[in-house]
Formats: sequence, structure tokens, C-alpha cells
Amino acid sequence: MNRNLHSGDNRITRRTVTAGLGASVVAGIAPFNIVRAQDATLKVGVLLPRSGAQAGIGQDCQRGVDIAAGLLKELGMPPLQIMNGDTETSVEVARSRAEKMISDGAQVLVGAFDSGQSTAIAQVAEQKGIPYVINIAAAPQITEQGYKFVFRNFPTAGMILADAFANQKEIFEAAGAAPKTAVFMHVNDTFGTAMKGGIGAVMPKFNMPYNLVETIAYDPTSRDLSVEVAKAKATGADALLMVSRLNDAILITRELVKQRWSPMAILSMGPGWYEDQYLKTLGKLSDGPLSFVPWYDPNKPMSKKLDEALAKAHPGVNLNTNHVYTFEALLVAADAFKRARSTDPKALADAIRQTNITDNVSPGPGIQFNEKGQNDKLKDSAIQNRGGKLVTVAPKVAANAKVEWPMTPYDKRG
Amino acid sequence: MRRGGIVSTDIYLNVAVSGVLTGLVYGLMALGLSVIFGVVRVVNFAHGEMTTVAMYFAVVLFATLGLDPLLMMVPIAGVLFVFGYAMQRWLINPFISRPEHSQFILLVAVAIILANGLLIVFGPDARSVQTSYAFDSFKIGPLIVDATKAFAGLAAIAVAAALFAFFRFTRLGTAIRACADNYTGAQVIGLNVPRLYALTFGLGAACVGAAGAMLALVTDVTPPLGPSFTLLAFVIVIVGGLGSMSGALAGGILIGVIAALAGLFYTPSAKGMFVFAILVLVLLFRPQGIFGRRA
Amino acid sequence: MIARLAENVSLRAAIALVLLLLALFVAPWFANDYLLTVLILIFYFAYTGQAWNIMMGFAGQLSLGHAIYIGLGAYTTAVLFSFFGVSPWVGSFAAILLAALWGAMIGFLAFRFRVGGVYFAILTIAFAEFARIGFDHLSYVGGSAGFFLPVANYTQSDLWTLRGKPIMFYYLSLGMTVAAVVLCHIMVRSRLGYFWKAIREDEEAARAVGINTFRYKLIAVVISAAMTSLAGVFFAFYYNNLFPEEVFSINRSIELILAPIFGGLGTLFGPILGAFMLTGLAETLTTTLAALGVDVPGAKQVFYGICLLLVITVLPEGVWPWLYRRLGLAGRSE
Repeated sequence: MNRNLHSGDNRITRRTVTAGLGASVVAGIAPFNIVRAQDATLKVGVLLPRSGAQAGIGQDCQRGVDIAAGLLKELGMPPLQIMNGDTETSVEVARSRAEKMISDGAQVLVGAFDSGQSTAIAQVAEQKGIPYVINIAAAPQITEQGYKFVFRNFPTAGMILADAFANQKEIFEAAGAAPKTAVFMHVNDTFGTAMKGGIGAVMPKFNMPYNLVETIAYDPTSRDLSVEVAKAKATGADALLMVSRLNDAILITRELVKQRWSPMAILSMGPGWYEDQYLKTLGKLSDGPLSFVPWYDPNKPMSKKLDEALAKAHPGVNLNTNHVYTFEALLVAADAFKRARSTDPKALADAIRQTNITDNVSPGPGIQFNEKGQNDKLKDSAIQNRGGKLVTVAPKVAANAKVEWPMTPYDKRG
Repeated sequence: MRRGGIVSTDIYLNVAVSGVLTGLVYGLMALGLSVIFGVVRVVNFAHGEMTTVAMYFAVVLFATLGLDPLLMMVPIAGVLFVFGYAMQRWLINPFISRPEHSQFILLVAVAIILANGLLIVFGPDARSVQTSYAFDSFKIGPLIVDATKAFAGLAAIAVAAALFAFFRFTRLGTAIRACADNYTGAQVIGLNVPRLYALTFGLGAACVGAAGAMLALVTDVTPPLGPSFTLLAFVIVIVGGLGSMSGALAGGILIGVIAALAGLFYTPSAKGMFVFAILVLVLLFRPQGIFGRRA
Repeated sequence: MIARLAENVSLRAAIALVLLLLALFVAPWFANDYLLTVLILIFYFAYTGQAWNIMMGFAGQLSLGHAIYIGLGAYTTAVLFSFFGVSPWVGSFAAILLAALWGAMIGFLAFRFRVGGVYFAILTIAFAEFARIGFDHLSYVGGSAGFFLPVANYTQSDLWTLRGKPIMFYYLSLGMTVAAVVLCHIMVRSRLGYFWKAIREDEEAARAVGINTFRYKLIAVVISAAMTSLAGVFFAFYYNNLFPEEVFSINRSIELILAPIFGGLGTLFGPILGAFMLTGLAETLTTTLAALGVDVPGAKQVFYGICLLLVITVLPEGVWPWLYRRLGLAGRSE
């Protein structure tokens, strides 16, 4: 191949300041202005992965942001000025977006769904002394770093697992039956691997009636899960324990049907099996799976209001984790602003630490943070797919339906 | 209750058959790349994105007109043909004589535009085609064969056969092969090389179009699917053998089966490692691929 | 030796360069942290681009799996620091060694078996992917759940353990980039550089003249790998968390070669210019779209792709050679 290279390129010659440097200077220079006055609105920077591999979830979380404004006003909360940012599913972009938002005057940061991106933002927030409320991210390490400005209103992987096992036992009791064996399938990504690690630590404490006969990990980019399902079926286990994403959930269900295996129950401890896309795509075949996830408490009045607001803005979209926890993050920010009566980040952070919101959406006594900035009182629910809708079957205080057990076999669903 | 590891032969057979069928479809996709790379010598790093576009076409046609992707295979291939032809003729042609890294960036740019364009138009949610037979499977003795995979596999064979016939038995096909074998010679005897290149790229794109329609039947589509398809296509082409059509299909089958069995024996999430290990071995010890001829 | 390095450097060029360096050096006094973050990103890409440039631009080997060296550097020092309390400065030696060995292996296999051109590129992809999946399953470093470095307080900057404020990372990345440019300049002027040039222009002829092409290509690969691994060290300690999906991914390999190709392969300042322009372009696009109220995810990437496409079509050799000619700097012939 022709490689015609300039002679003389390798000398040091006069350099001109490049257009690129100029562009970045123009783009970036802004006076360093964290507003310290008593402003009427709070500037909240919301960072979500709205493009890239996690675009689906990021855009779903965005719905929670969009409906928050009206609802918060109704609750008598002070107005928030939302600055929307896209992390492009990248750690580097997340970090520079966070810096940009802060230099544009953001007084609180909210986001970012992904543990990696959230960690990057957390470091920036901590350095700048700007409070950061994490909406969704399950990696336990984030609140173990001794940060003073980072708060998480979402359970860690360990908490999700503990509640999952507790809820499962409750369900087994209510149904009067329990599986004796289970096969565990998980996606080999951040969340899936964290859950797998957690199971080893948490499960023995609960004395579950079933044994895990095999653990099958699969590649997140896999388009074909027939081998994995075949392996699972071959174990002859009673139940299928799952941690997957949305696309995998659909693929696996199809394989279950095609390979003619209907487990006694599908116990999912992650996203996917309850999402709108799953219900819409699979129709009647979507009924039955139980998901043990951070959810909302359908019996709380705020949940109903949130549900209505969502139904008005996005008809046909079921209320789910993404909307709930993103909304609650904004609720935390607004509530802290109301109490602190100032936009000073330190005052806000202190106010957030004192948060005690009992009129909220997520299950449990409400939103409070321990000394590590973690809401360790959150409870997770068990939901079941029923006729294209989701009902909560456990824990009892947050339930609105009885569990259907065992799952109707796929070939008997007409 | 069985511990993993003690499995009956049924499983192996089922998994192997499934691997063969999906391998055929991926092989068809790779065939497009083989044709493009073998003749035009352009490293098409937007190959996966083109496949994704084809899949979206199938999804849209199915959603609006209710037509089965296998029937839509031909029009979709046609559209992709035009797209490929145009792209080669007007965008890529000047890059033929430029070094690989330039071609690479051009096609990476095209890939970025396509992938994000799809995101803007279709949104991030997964789309699928659910035909009436989407959940059917054939029971042949101990085998349970997925209906969609079976049809897709057969369609792949049909398309590949048609392409083979084209290159073997038509004048145009022979002209293209001449270009590939001997660029200068082809020019000397007066073949319009740029036009033939554009045609070839178009043909390769048409393969991708057909493969995309079949893939839409078998799996879901999201905008960021491209890179994994591109990588897979390259692996298959190299392992099977560049410039060999049967090589692409055979490579597809081989990779499909190996990946599937690796998943069965070991852990599915690591089946990629086996595939890449094979790729390395082929690159080192038999770079012309299993069915390729030495240049 | 200094004299020899300084020959062919005009006074004006030297002054301009010094002024530029001075500007970059005092930038933190005038720029806000956001701009610093952007500049750090630019330096990071400039540095990795320069390292990759050694292999591609100087020795003519297209590597599309360079992320593997970043990953090796990152994980090695991260593990040594987190589990054994070893400072990243010391850990870097291990990182360099590991990357160099790995690069040597890839280079040896490729050159010994005469794998070249596109096939070599694919070989590098295969190795990077192999490493990615491998690390995904390595529970010692957390596998795909990620590896988190312990983060300390931010009120002080501790250079020894690389814990601290952005300003420390700014000077560190600036220093690394300057060092890389100087190193490349020295190498290119040395005998090594002449051999590389010969190999790049016509490998057969070079071999015919008696140059041991195998050895010098291997040296290029090893140096490139070693330098890139230090970028990995920086990455680990700047972002403080590592996920195999991100660190070894093919997207990372692709993004770090965009700048040198865009800026100008085989040139000394091409990668630097490319890094400035591309990162600047990305940030400008995001800001502009936000200012225009366009809230469409993916729009920025589409424009970015279009810009990339236009520039590479019109300026196939990259921007720096064109700029260089345009400014009439191609004075004396060499």
C-alpha cells in the first residue's frame, strides 16, 4: 500500500494553536460559579445514559424526571430547574458532563443508573462538595468509600438478595409449595456478577428450601441463548433463578417455549422479566415470572399519584423501578432544598443527610440515609406478571395480590 | 436431579444442530463480507451496522405490512444492494488505493452514523419480528429443532447457492472474479473496474440484507448490535477462508457449532474465548482459512 | 546529542512551542475544572495516540487491539495498589513489563508467521477480546462486577499514591504527553528511526539491504505496548474503577486510534493535533446541541461521525500534514 509520508514532518517546526484547542476553549470557559445566593429554584443536574448501550434504560429513567416537575409542584415542593445530561454510556463522558454541569451552576447531581458511571460522578461530586443523589446503582462499593456528599436511595446487591430470599420464603408459605432444586442463570455483566457473588454470601443465612444445582453464566451480547437454556433444562431443576436484562429475558422465554420446558417458577432478581417490552412482545407467554426487585409500594398514596402522572404523560407505560427511583432522587433534592432554604451545597448535603420522607413511593419506612449515605431501610418487593400488568405479591405490607403458583406451563396457555 | 456435566447425547445433538442452523445465517452475513473483502479489498467495518439496518427493515415491514421476513428477503436485499452500490461508488471508491487505516476510519465513521441514526429513528428498545410460527419447533426423534432457525438456515443455503451460481455461471460474475484475481489484468482487458467494484459491494450488501431479514426472525434488534456482528463476520471469513463462498458458510457452521458446544461443556459466557483462540490459530497456521486457496 | 536533536528546528518554531507549553502549564490558573477535565482527556488521547503511532506510523503495523495494553497496565497497578499497597509509580514497572511481554508475544507470533496488514489487525482484535472475556471471568479482580480502587480524601494531592485533585492529574497527563513527544522525537532521529522509516517505506527492500526487519518491528511493538500501558495506569487511578467491558473493549481500541489517524499518521504532532480537534469537536457538539435546545440522544454522535467522514475523505493523510503545508511550513526539504 502506498504510504506517502511527508519528509520534514518529524522536525519540530512552528506550531499554531489549533482550531481544536480554540473550540474547546470556547466551549469550556465559563466562570466558575457555584451559586451561593438564596435562589428561588434549585439547579439539579440529571445524568443518565440516554445514548449508547444503556440508552433504553436511560431514556426510561428520563420519563421519571419528566413527570417529576408537575408532581413535586403539587406536593408544595420548591421548583427545580432540571439540567439534562447524557452520559453516553461512557465513564469518561459521565465525568466530564458532571464537571460541566457543576461549572454551569448545578447545585445537586442526580443519576446515573450504571455503577461505573455513578462512581465517576461520585468522585467529581465529592471533590467539588456538591451533593449527589444516586437514583439507581447496585454496586455496594459506592457507599463504602467514606464519601460525605454521595447519597444512594437504592438497595445494594446484598440488600436485593436478602429481600429476595425473604420474600421467596413468604411466597412459598403462601403457596404451600416450594421448589427443591433450582438452576441459577445470570448475565455476565456488572450487575449479574455482583448478584452471583452476593448469593454465595447471603443465601446460606436464609435456609432456603431449594438447592442450587448449577450456575450458568452467559455473555451479555449473546443473541442466542439456546445452549444456555438447554443446559438449564438438562439439570432437571424445579425452578429457574434468574438475573438478566430485558433482551435476554425475552430470548430465554422464547427458548423455554421452543425447548418445551416450563419450570415450576421463574424467580428473577433483576430487570427484564417485568418490563413493558417483555409483556408486549410475549403477550400471554409473559404471565407468571416472579421478579424480586426494588419496586414501589402500591398501597402508598404517593405511588398512586405517580402512577397517574405517568399514565397521563406516557399512556401504556407501566410504572417501574426506573421511574420510581429517579423520581425519588428528585424528591430528595427538592425536600432537602425546602428544609435547607438555601442552595449552598454544604447546607444541602447536611439537609439530605437529615432526610426523613415517609410520604414516598418505595417500600419500607421511607427515605432516610445512614452515616454512609445509604438508605439501608429500603425494602424490595416481589412482583408477578399478570395479564400484561404487574401485581405485588410480597411482602405483605406492600402487596396487592396473591401469588399464582406454580407457573402455568407454556404449552397450556392457548 | 442431575449435576451439570452428566448430560445425555440428546443435548449435544440439539445444541449442535442449533449451532449449525444459526451458523448458516451468520455464514451468509459473513459471505457478504467475504465477497466485499475478497474482491474490493476494503475492510468493511460497517458490516455489522449494515446488518442491523437490514434487520430494522424487516421489523418495520413486518410491523406495517405483516409480511414474513423470509418473503421480504428479496426486497430488503434489493434495497441494501442499492445502498451498498451507492456507498462504494461515491464514498468508498477513492479509498481503494488508500492505506487500510484510512478505509478503517471512513467505515468506522459510517458505522457511527448508522448506529446512532438508528437510535434516533427507532429508539433504544429492542424490536422483534414475531411470526405465527415463532414458537414452533419440530420434533424429529430426539431432536427438537427450532422452526424459525430451520427456515432461516434453509433460506441461507438457498441464497448462498444463488450467489454461487451467479459467480460461476454468469458473465458478470466471471468478470468480478477476474477483478479479484488479477486487478491489473482486469483493467488491461478493459473491464470497468469501478463499476464492477460497486456491483460487488452491492452484492455483498445484498447478502447482508438477506441475512438481516433472517436474523430478524431469530433474534431481536437494537441499535448497538453492529460491532458484535462485524467481529463475528470477520472471524467467520478468516476461519472459513477469504474468497471462498463455501468457506464462509462452512466457517459460519464451524464457529456456530464450536461456540455452542463450548458453551455446553464449559461456561457459556466464555464461549467467545474459544472462538478467538481458533481465530488466532487459523491466522498463525493457516491464514488462508480452512477452505481458502493460498494467494 | 542535544545539538543533533535541535538541528532543523527553527527559532520561530521553538519559541511557538515554548509559548504553547507555557500556556498549557499555567492553564489551571485560568480555566475551570470542566475545562481541565477536557484537557486531561485530550492529553490522555494525545498520549495513547502517540504510543499507537509508534507502531503504526513508524513501523507500519495496524493494531486494532491496543486497549489490551491499557487494560494490562490498569489492572496490574490497580491490584498491586489495592491488595499490596504498592505505589503506582513502582507498580508501573510491573505494568510495563507485562505489557511489553504481551506485545512481544503478539509481535513475535505475527511476524514469525508472516501475519500482516488486515490480518494482523484482526489478530490484535482477537487477543484483546480474548483478554476482555478472560478478565470478565477473573474473580480475583472482580470479574465483570468491576474492580474498585480505594478512594481517599480529596483535600490533598498525594503524588506517590496518585490520589488527589484534578490539577495533579492535569500536570501528570501533560507531563506524560510532553515526554511521549520528546521520546518519539529522539527515537525518530536515532538509528532506530531510520530503520523504521526504511521498513515502513518498503519492507522487502529494507530486508534486502540487510536490516533485521523482524527485530525492529518487534521493538516498535514492544515500545508502543509499554508506553500504552502507562496510559492504563493513569486511567485506573484517575477513574478509580475498572470494568473489563470498558477497559478492554474494542470501542476503546477504536477511540484511541481515531486521533492519530485524524491528526496525521507517522507525524510527530499529528496525534496531538488529532486529540485536540476530536475531543474539542465532541465537546463543542454537545454544548452546541444543548444550547440549541436539541435534546435528541444520538444526534451528537451522528454529527461527530459526519465530521469524521468529511475530514477523512477530504484530507486522507490527516489534518496536520495539510495544516503544515497550508501554513507554508514545508520550507526546506529533508
